[in-house]
Amino acid sequence: MTTRKVPVIERIMGANDTQAADNRRAFDSHGIHVINVMASPGAGKTSLILETVKRLKDEIRIAAIEGDLASTVDTDKVKASGVPAVQINTGGGCHLDANQVAGSLSDLPMNDLDLVFIENVGNLVCPAGFALGEHTRLVISSVPEGDDKPYKYPKMFANVDALVINKIDLIPYLPFDIEAYTDLVRGINPEIEVFALSCVSGEGMDAWTTWLRGLVREK
Amino acid sequence: MPCRLTLQSFGRRAVGDYTIRDMHELAVTESIVDIATRHAAQAGASRVLAINLVIGELSSIVDDSVQFYFDFLSEGTSAEGALLVFSRIGIALVCQACGHRWEPVGADWRCPACGAARARAVQGREFYVESIEVEDG
Repeated sequence: MTTRKVPVIERIMGANDTQAADNRRAFDSHGIHVINVMASPGAGKTSLILETVKRLKDEIRIAAIEGDLASTVDTDKVKASGVPAVQINTGGGCHLDANQVAGSLSDLPMNDLDLVFIENVGNLVCPAGFALGEHTRLVISSVPEGDDKPYKYPKMFANVDALVINKIDLIPYLPFDIEAYTDLVRGINPEIEVFALSCVSGEGMDAWTTWLRGLVREK
Repeated sequence: MPCRLTLQSFGRRAVGDYTIRDMHELAVTESIVDIATRHAAQAGASRVLAINLVIGELSSIVDDSVQFYFDFLSEGTSAEGALLVFSRIGIALVCQACGHRWEPVGADWRCPACGAARARAVQGREFYVESIEVEDG
């Protein structure tokens, strides 16, 4: 009996990353821009998708992949807004992975889409570690959550392309300083795009939709 | 031991069906078992004694509970009973304003040299199997 050391150097997330790259190629071949929407529960992931659909569905062909622990509540809402939606129930799982997204692609009208939102499971920890094949990673923070989240979840805030600060209509009632919050996030992620908006009042939605139009046009 | 039985069925359910993921540690652990057993087979080894993992603080979606999952996910494989050895790599930042490089303490990422809040993480996203210790024969 001899023991020896065998060098490996293999990424643990390699299998997921390979599937994510395949998903991305599938989206690219149809000219679709994909946004992975991450946030804690209740930050407004579904609301932002619905408000965006309302404003853009006549000019951009949108669909949503809805990840949730259980139920089809969010999918039903998105479908009711007039665009295709596919449900992935994770059965208690804390995040979506690339295989789950791959399994949902056949249920999407891929030839007739410009923009797909993937609504991840409400959680600021695990979704940060699993690529899905998206082009843009978005995190939503909402004013009632408080302004310390980037300190607590640096992995999420350091690894996204854009931040939406939602529910700014509540600013008069809560101690939340948008400017200080933006500075804090830029300290972790200098190139992040930041949008402050309210899905209820509509304030700030124009800058967000203008940016989305740009992303879709680039495809 | 009823508790053990419950945990085993919990793990196997997640492994057998890709649409069910009870915890992200299961997906991660499954991948570690796969990598270790595949490399052991390639090296002609009969048994894996230890698996050396390198985990950056920014990618560390795992903690020591992975050993716990590993113990039952690896049952019946060449990696059964192997010890997981974690090498943790801290976060290193480079200030985009002045170029200073440092390792932050806590969550304050402002540059200690110039005070700018424009840090880029250049170390800490590592997440891989570095090597395995195997037994021949």
